[in-house]
Amino acid sequence: MLGLKKWFLIGISASLVGGATMISSAAADEQFVPLPSYRVGPYAAGGTGLYGGFIDYMNMINIRDGGINGVKLTWEECETEYSTPRGVECYERLKNKGPTGASVFNFVSTGMTYAVIERATNDKIPIMSMGYGRTDASDGRVFPYIFPIITNYWSQNTAKIKFIGMKEGGMDKLKGKHIVNLHHGSGYGRETIPVLNKQAEIYGFKVSHLEVPHPGADQKSQWLQIRRMKPDWVILRGWGVMNPTALKEAARMRFPADKIVGVWWSGAEEDVIPAGKAAKGFIAAGFHPAGTDFPAIQDIIKHVYDDGKGNLSDKKRLGTIYWNRGIIHGVVTVEAIRTAQEKFGKKSLTGEQVRWGLENINIDEGRLNELGVAGLMMPIKLSCYDHEGGGSVKFQQWDGSKWNVITDWIKSDQSIVRPMIEESAAKYAKEKGITPRDCPKT
Amino acid sequence: MFYRETGQFKTSYAADDAIFPIRQDFLGFGIIMLIAFVGIPLVSNEYYFVAILVPFLISGLAALGLNILTGYAGQLSLGAAAFMSVGAFSAWNFITRLPEIPFVISFILSGLAAAAVGVFFGIPSLRIKGFYLAVATLAAQFFIEWIFTHVGWFYNYDPSGSISTPPLTLFGFELTSPISRYYTTLTIVSVLALLAKNMMRCSIGRDFMAVRDMDIAAEVIGIPMLKTKLLAFAISSFYLGIAGALWAFTYLGNVEPAAFDISMSLRILFMIIVGGVGTILGSFIGAAFILLLPIFLNISAHALLGDLVSQQFLVVAELMVFGGLIIFFLIIEPQGMARLWQIVKEKIRMWPFPY
Repeated sequence: MLGLKKWFLIGISASLVGGATMISSAAADEQFVPLPSYRVGPYAAGGTGLYGGFIDYMNMINIRDGGINGVKLTWEECETEYSTPRGVECYERLKNKGPTGASVFNFVSTGMTYAVIERATNDKIPIMSMGYGRTDASDGRVFPYIFPIITNYWSQNTAKIKFIGMKEGGMDKLKGKHIVNLHHGSGYGRETIPVLNKQAEIYGFKVSHLEVPHPGADQKSQWLQIRRMKPDWVILRGWGVMNPTALKEAARMRFPADKIVGVWWSGAEEDVIPAGKAAKGFIAAGFHPAGTDFPAIQDIIKHVYDDGKGNLSDKKRLGTIYWNRGIIHGVVTVEAIRTAQEKFGKKSLTGEQVRWGLENINIDEGRLNELGVAGLMMPIKLSCYDHEGGGSVKFQQWDGSKWNVITDWIKSDQSIVRPMIEESAAKYAKEKGITPRDCPKT
Repeated sequence: MFYRETGQFKTSYAADDAIFPIRQDFLGFGIIMLIAFVGIPLVSNEYYFVAILVPFLISGLAALGLNILTGYAGQLSLGAAAFMSVGAFSAWNFITRLPEIPFVISFILSGLAAAAVGVFFGIPSLRIKGFYLAVATLAAQFFIEWIFTHVGWFYNYDPSGSISTPPLTLFGFELTSPISRYYTTLTIVSVLALLAKNMMRCSIGRDFMAVRDMDIAAEVIGIPMLKTKLLAFAISSFYLGIAGALWAFTYLGNVEPAAFDISMSLRILFMIIVGGVGTILGSFIGAAFILLLPIFLNISAHALLGDLVSQQFLVVAELMVFGGLIIFFLIIEPQGMARLWQIVKEKIRMWPFPY
């Protein structure tokens, strides 16, 4: 019988040999996608779902299509624990992996995205921040490598005010209304204050900003204030544990849940289920619905999960908000690489080439149908001038057991947002001594 | 054998007071400096510079700052990260608003700003001690974080509330390449660490230790409490402030006040507990342990087991191993890892005939 020590040594040598064979087989055309994920820590519920969906989609592309035009996708995860220094370490660790280096980074953390903006620009690796990150990076002239794709926080916020206006029966009815902005005590939380103030000026409503200190498990005093103010609407700009706590406090103060509108980082199953009945009727913005009734997702279940290769161990989480958001991350990443391949050839591409692909991505309705994600995400078209693309939001309501979409795509108000973005980006460019690129304004 | 001070006679007071009285220690220190300044840059790549070495050196400096206050002067503090943020934000304001002064002077000014804030929050230490003082410094932690998130002037009204650092320039050169950032950090950290080593050996350090060991006795023999305790806060905060400025400028390049939160303070405290309370070396060992071990575990777990088990299992297992190692080292050496090194040194001195 072999002793424990021998088994241990055998195990190590076997894995070394395995690793060596893996490396030697990596000679073919491959596209490396770095995944700085977070699977432990306070925001692990979001991280496991999102990166799970991302990996599942790429896995499906590899299995079903044999990669993107024959170029297989490879990836490696690096645990960030949602801490910015760890994220920077992961960035440095992963950026040169694969035959041509990292394609595109998705940190799913505003703090990390901020921290790597300059590094990535120097290293010529694009950073995608879908629904988070630096808002004024939508101005691609100043931020060539940063892509706050689909909808940034300010656009999302104007759509939210439009939605509230709709509910009130017209934007003119907003006059004299009182909206409370209950926000997380972080850069992310405070990001929408200027755009809300601006809209309050335009539409004549009153806005009060209440801050909840991180992590947001105690909100008694804020909700007492809200009860005194008697606002017409509450905007919930929460993250993680702050969301269910807010909903529970609202119920205690008898504030109706259907007068609370959340951002998409407040609108996942993990945010409402812990609040129980208190969450019923709560409305949240979203750039995609939940559910599995999409051909692409059915393909993932068929090709990946039925063979036991799925990333999530709990199949009940398929079709949840975070997992679906991961799918969209996968779709945009894959389509960016595909777009870049059309220009640079069907081979392993560098980050700089993928950046071109991202900037010239154009997923219209027809393409969405081909990809099997029609209805899951909206069409998206980026340009040198506009790194956001689209800027529409759907609203969904929690009925106690699932999210139901209650509106069509609501367009954001770019007439408010874009000048603010350009002003802010110009300020950044001036501080940093960047000469903005010259782009056609489309 | 080779580590023995036999035959090294001290013939003057100066020789007796030397920072490294044993010749081998002096040589060892020289070799370490040579490795740090010449050897490492020759073999390192960009990843090691910006992701491992720079944060390690800065964390070591921060731990050293806290060690001066907690380890040498015995004043327990939970506000280390807050003083770092004072350093980071004041350095940013000095450098962006007064770009004509050299960054070294801006850094010193920001250290002094942190020292002033530290002295202010050190005033309660004259009346309260131990855990009660820890709570008072906790107030500093929350108050300073609150100030930097709510007073827009400190971050020049940036909508996200974070500061993005301009490149440091020295004699017209931009210190942005990984190696120059490493050298900047290393130079500042080495100078400050040597300074700390000397300070702790002279009357300042002796006063600190007297206060730590028994403050009433220290007062009776004539050590002024007010001056000593506030000086400890000032020096400690100065070091933390410089560490914070480096953290913002040579490491991350973009920080928000939330980066210097209570968990960062606790991590710095763990560094000195694991490394060794009241030692200079321990600050750096502790920083390496708390900061680098999780990264090392993550890399080695990937290399060994990457494809065999699920990612989810791997990251949870890493955390468990990390926690287990902390407990293991605290059990085998409650006085910290610097003490282990000291024991090793004593053993080598006696080798091969220990008694």
